[in-house]
Amino acid sequence: MTDPAGSGLAHPETGAPPFIELDRVRKVYQTREGEVEAIRDVTMTVNSGELVSIVGPSGCGKSTLLKILAGLHEHDEGTVRIGTDRDPFDRQRDVGMVFQQPLLLKWRRILENVLLPAEILGLNLKEARGRARDLLELVGLSDYAESYPYQLSGGMQQRAAIARALIHDPKLVLMDEPFGALDAMTRDRLNIELMRIWRESGKTILFVTHGIQEAVFLGSHVAVMTARPARLAEYIEVDLPERANLSIRTTPEFGAYTRKIYHLLDFD
Amino acid sequence: MLNLKKIAIAVIAHAAFVGFWWFYVWAAEVPAYILPTPWQTLQTLAVSEYNWMRHFTATAITIFAGYTLAVVVGVSAAVLFTWSKTLDEMAMPLLVTINMIPKVAMAPLFIVWLRFGLHTNIIITFTICFFPILLNTARGLREVEPDLLDLVRSLHGSRWQVFKKIQLPGSLPYIFSGMKVATVLAVAGAIVGEFIQSSRGLGWFMLVTQEALNTDAMVMALLLVTLIGVILYGIVIALEKYFVVEDARLD
Repeated sequence: MTDPAGSGLAHPETGAPPFIELDRVRKVYQTREGEVEAIRDVTMTVNSGELVSIVGPSGCGKSTLLKILAGLHEHDEGTVRIGTDRDPFDRQRDVGMVFQQPLLLKWRRILENVLLPAEILGLNLKEARGRARDLLELVGLSDYAESYPYQLSGGMQQRAAIARALIHDPKLVLMDEPFGALDAMTRDRLNIELMRIWRESGKTILFVTHGIQEAVFLGSHVAVMTARPARLAEYIEVDLPERANLSIRTTPEFGAYTRKIYHLLDFD
Repeated sequence: MLNLKKIAIAVIAHAAFVGFWWFYVWAAEVPAYILPTPWQTLQTLAVSEYNWMRHFTATAITIFAGYTLAVVVGVSAAVLFTWSKTLDEMAMPLLVTINMIPKVAMAPLFIVWLRFGLHTNIIITFTICFFPILLNTARGLREVEPDLLDLVRSLHGSRWQVFKKIQLPGSLPYIFSGMKVATVLAVAGAIVGEFIQSSRGLGWFMLVTQEALNTDAMVMALLLVTLIGVILYGIVIALEKYFVVEDARLD
């Protein structure tokens, strides 16, 4: 597997334009106290099939950025472009979302939960059902298709939520601190799982997190954001070899990246 | 097995209650016109002049009709409110105030408005159990995770889809919670109605037998009213078991 990390404007291998291009994006919220700048000066490019981590403290506008990309919020300044001529982006069908909470519907079995986006989009449910089974296998939940959410652990519920985000085969998957509510060990395990799922699915993934180690381990790029002012401090390309397990976190190369991010976030 | 054990304990608790009642009457030598023994009470069922079936049916019809009406109207109204924000903002504060009116105190007015008859008691029962169902349902429909809404919105899902796939099934535990509270109120409502106006029903029967100091018949009527309530509650619980996933049930 080659590292699909992109650098600069064009895809390093294919020369194709980037899948996502953000240029000086700014978003302001109107509150009772006046204007609050949610994000400012966010400029970054994401190539198709890339996993980009977005890391930063609370209030740095990470979630706002995801919501703009999901089409849930309008940005106020700058340009947001998703998709290319050769790889068009359908705002309705090409976004999958995973949140901090699994948000599975309690009254639906896991398989039916995974099917929710397919139902909303009005896809052929017979086909979607087969796809849902494949996805449950991908996330390691084949045996739980007929279980109810409460019968699954938090980590397993989050796997189901990932399968749900992929059911309609979106080109872009937005993850907002998906492992933030899990214990450290489950989180580590799911990092490895997500790495595998990303490789097998070939999706473009934006992964918002508080965890610096997690961000470096997963991302081919890490967008480091700071709060007050909420802006993109640096867009770092992560050039690490094969990341099949977590032992890479103990290498000096890995440490150099985390140290750099700690520094950017004023931890030293 | 665990269930069987639970049932056994419940049966024992009920038997112990009857046993204590019996023992108390016997030991304290309570005269029958104050408190009859369980056996004396049960024997009144054989007295044909009491017309038990007639009264039992009247009260049961009042309770079930009033209750069902309250469920249908209460849930429908709550659904209507979630669809119209203006209606919700206008009606909800008003309904909270109206809810404060002691419904029992309205019974005499209902007689003025609706005249005598079974239907008036049905309306009294309806009025008393309508509010908890409405308020609980409205709350359940409102409780939707914002992130879940975002998920549907990102897929350009319609308002109707949110309602059908998320809000309505999500509100079921709340609907049942309101329905459970309303069972007790329905029984009380029907009896109050019968106390105030009626020519049959267990409530009316209690007033009549009180005059003759037939305490055993009064206690029996009370037990039968309770039985109707228990049956209603049992039906609601069974429906809840069928419709609501175990984990989502509210008490």
